[in-house]
This record gives sequence, C-alpha cells and structure tokens, in this order.
Amino acid sequence: MSEKTHGVKTMRKSEKEQAAKRINYNLRIGAVITITMCVFILIGFVYTPYNPEAMDETQKLAGISWHHFLGCDNFGRDIFSRVLKGSGTTLLVATGTILIGTGAGIILGALTGYYGGWLDEILMRINDAIFAFPSILLALVFISLLGTGTVNIVIALGIAFIPSFARIVRSEFLRCKNMDYVKQAKLIGAGDLRIMFVHILPNTLPVLLSSVMIGFNNAVLAEAGMSYLGIGVQPPFASLGRMLSEAQAYLFTRPGYALSIGIFIILLVLGFGLLGEGIKELK
Amino acid sequence: MANILEVSNLCAYYTEGRQIGFHKKNRKQVCKDISFQIKEGEIAGLIGESGCGKTTLVKTILGMNKEYTGEIKHYSEQPQMVFQDPYSSLNPAKKVGWIVEEPLRVKGGISKEDMHRKAIEMLKKVGLDEKFAERYPSQLSGGQRQRVCIATALMLEPKLLIADEPVSALDVTIQAQIIHLLLQLHKDMGLAILFISHDLRVVYQISDWVMIMKEGTIVERGTAEEVYANPQNSYTKTLIKTLADADEV
Repeated sequence: MSEKTHGVKTMRKSEKEQAAKRINYNLRIGAVITITMCVFILIGFVYTPYNPEAMDETQKLAGISWHHFLGCDNFGRDIFSRVLKGSGTTLLVATGTILIGTGAGIILGALTGYYGGWLDEILMRINDAIFAFPSILLALVFISLLGTGTVNIVIALGIAFIPSFARIVRSEFLRCKNMDYVKQAKLIGAGDLRIMFVHILPNTLPVLLSSVMIGFNNAVLAEAGMSYLGIGVQPPFASLGRMLSEAQAYLFTRPGYALSIGIFIILLVLGFGLLGEGIKELK
Repeated sequence: MANILEVSNLCAYYTEGRQIGFHKKNRKQVCKDISFQIKEGEIAGLIGESGCGKTTLVKTILGMNKEYTGEIKHYSEQPQMVFQDPYSSLNPAKKVGWIVEEPLRVKGGISKEDMHRKAIEMLKKVGLDEKFAERYPSQLSGGQRQRVCIATALMLEPKLLIADEPVSALDVTIQAQIIHLLLQLHKDMGLAILFISHDLRVVYQISDWVMIMKEGTIVERGTAEEVYANPQNSYTKTLIKTLADADEV
C-alpha cells in the first residue's frame, strides 16, 4: 500500500519536473548558444587575432596550431579571424533582411488584414505570386537586376522575405479584427492606424516573434547559400557562405577548413532555432 | 425629460458573404420599421431571442452598420457599449489600467497623472481596487472583466450606455452583482441604459420600460410590470408562460 502511494508520488513529481524542464529546455540552450555566438561576433567587430584580409605566404593551408586556432586558408589568411569577421557580415545581412521583411510584412499584413476588400485581393495575389518562387531564386533575380554587393543582398533577401511575414501578420489581423475590443476601440474614437498598430499589433507578437526567429535562420542560410554561389558578399570581404565556397576546393586536403565554417553556421542557426522554439513555448 | 436617443422607422440590412469578386450578394433585412425613444436617465429593456436582430440594431445605432434607412438621432456624445463576451472585449495584450485609460488617451488633452488618477477612480467606482490596474485581462474572472468593460465604457462620461447581453455569459450570482452595479451607476451618474437581453427576468429587474422584439420588429412595449402582468402579443405570452413553466419545475 505504502509502496503504491510512493509510486504515485514520484510519478507526479517527475511529471512536474518534466514540465518545468520542457518550458526552459529550448530557450536556455538557445539563449546560451546565441549569446556565446553574439559575444564572439561582437568581439570580431573590434578585435581579431590577425587581420582577416592579410595574407601570409609562409602559412598557406597551415594546420591547427597555437598561432592559428583553426589554421590558415589557401592564401595564408587566419581562418579564425575570418570566421569571426565573416559571421559578423552574415549576421548583419540576416538582421537587415529580417528588418526589411518584417517591417514591410507588418505594414502590408496589417493593411490587407484590417481593411480587406479590393486592396486585400490585389496585394495578396501579388503576394501569392512572389510566394510561389523559392526565396533564393527570387533573390537571384533581384541580384541580377541590382548587381552584387552586401547592401543589394540585404535588399534582395529582404524583398524575398516579405510575403511570408505579410501572410502571418494578415492572418493574425483577420483573427483579431472582429474581436469586441476592436469594436470598443472604434467606439471610443480611436483611428484606424491606432487600432492597427497599438491595439491589434501587440496581439500578433507571440506568433510574429517565433516566425522572426525561424526567418532569421532562413536568412542566415540564404545569405550563406548566395555567397556560396558567388553572388553574395564579394571578396576580399569574408562571409560564412563565401568562405565555404572557397573551402570546398580543399575539402579532402584540409577538411578542417570547411568543417570549422560549417560548424559556425550550424551553431548560429541552431541557437536561433532553439530560441524561436523556446519563445513559442513561453506563451 | 429630454430624449437622448430617437430612432424612427429604422430598417437595417445585413449583407452576407464577401462584398468583392463575383460572389452574389445576399442582402437581408434584419430590422423592420423600428421606432423608439430613450429619455435621459432611464433604463430601457430590449428583449428578443437570439438572431432576432438585436445586435444588428445596436450596431446600427452605434454607427457600425451603415446599411440602413430611417433616422437615428443622438442628443448626446457617442454612446458607449458593454459587450456580451467579456473574454473578447478586453485586449489580452494590455494591462487593465492601460485599457481603462485608453479612451482618455485617444481623446487627448490630459496629463498622464490625471489620466491614471481618473482610471483608478473609475475602477473603484465599479468595485475593483487599484491593484487590478497592473493585471492582465487573463488574470481576471468573467465578472471582474465585465466590471473593467463597464469602467472603460464610462470613462468618456457618456449619457447613454448600451449593454448588449452584459450578463448572459456570467454565473447567476455574478449576474446579480453586475446588474446591481449597473443600477447603482445609473443612480449615481444619471446614466441612461439600453439593456438588451434574451432573459426576461433580468430585464424585468432593471428596466423602466421594455420592448419585445421578434424577427426584426417590435411586437410589444410598455413598462416592465405591464408587460409582465398583462402581455398583449401572443409571442410575449408564450415567453412569459415558458418562464412560469420553468419556475414550476
């Protein structure tokens, strides 16, 4: 009898513990990875062990050593310094992309979701048309129109990311706009803009925030992908994708070169992915 | 006493479906030739079953439904409203204090301190103390939410309050409290109330006079006692008989 009660008790306890763990698991690991990465990248902006663009003929494809943590590339540039600098570039591109994507997405989604009617029909059909292309293909088109360069990459990826955010915001606005608190706001004389951005927008944040995190990941990968294809960040500037494409020629002779960059990308994406999941669980 | 709201020969319509594209519009007449007046400081009851056009009538009176013929004359500022569902009438992302302050913020011309002070005063008036200002709606019960709704509606000091089934989503004990609160506010502030319900007894408790609505028309009107004691229309008779039967059981 006593054993039975004991069993029930421990089960309940472990369930509680599990629930507590479940809430924090993603968020904590995500936060730790992201913060560590961000500290690395921030340091990279101010200080790198070597000049990431300086070439040293004697150190061509040098292995891991005390002087060069991750060795040197085919021009004798310190890989660790370049990774630091490069992830900074990647992060900036991803941030810019997300800012453009969410900014325009929020405005478009709010207008179409709130007003509906012809405006909604026209904008959402255009949105569907853009959405039908993979975002990287779309960015390719924009790049061929705008030309290469870091700023152009941000604009191109940003535009390619607008439709998915516009959709998310629109569906949230559709959900909220018929709520009684919106009617109440109209009754007290609040204007449309105030209702959209002060009353409704905060209610879309939980959904928006987790999709921003996922979008951020996609942006990191898209930038890496485009730089890998050679249409992103141009040499001699470092970016993770750019370096990956340079490293592939030495995949068998110096696997550590490509691997160290790949691990950096994985950590960056993993950190934000877990953080996004964690935020989703929070609400 | 002067009229505060005059509705004459009001016919309201409701268009089904989307109004764009090639969808066939289906325009339904919901309210048919409705006329009534509400005087300053009186409580009018509107009784009708679900789907008889009560809510459309209210929307039309408040200017949220533009499809109507007839005349609606307001002799005061915009009337305010208390909604049926206290779970969707408070913004879940905002604190109670913010929600109650918002009418003043929109109106403008008031300092932050005054706004906060007035909001707290109003919360106290509806029976909530100031610690509620820091809570989110999800932390409140249905009755407390409805009190916050009433507080928000009264912030602009309207002369007329429209209460659309304000108690039908609440427990019976809480219903009594909210009705008591409305009656008290009516006395203290000289507030006129248009009280809408499908529950005859609730309306009977609170109203000076009542209207019975069926399928978009008003079939009977009079003081609450008259209608209750001596119904003329067959629909009213059935309503009261059902009530009496329910009481016997």
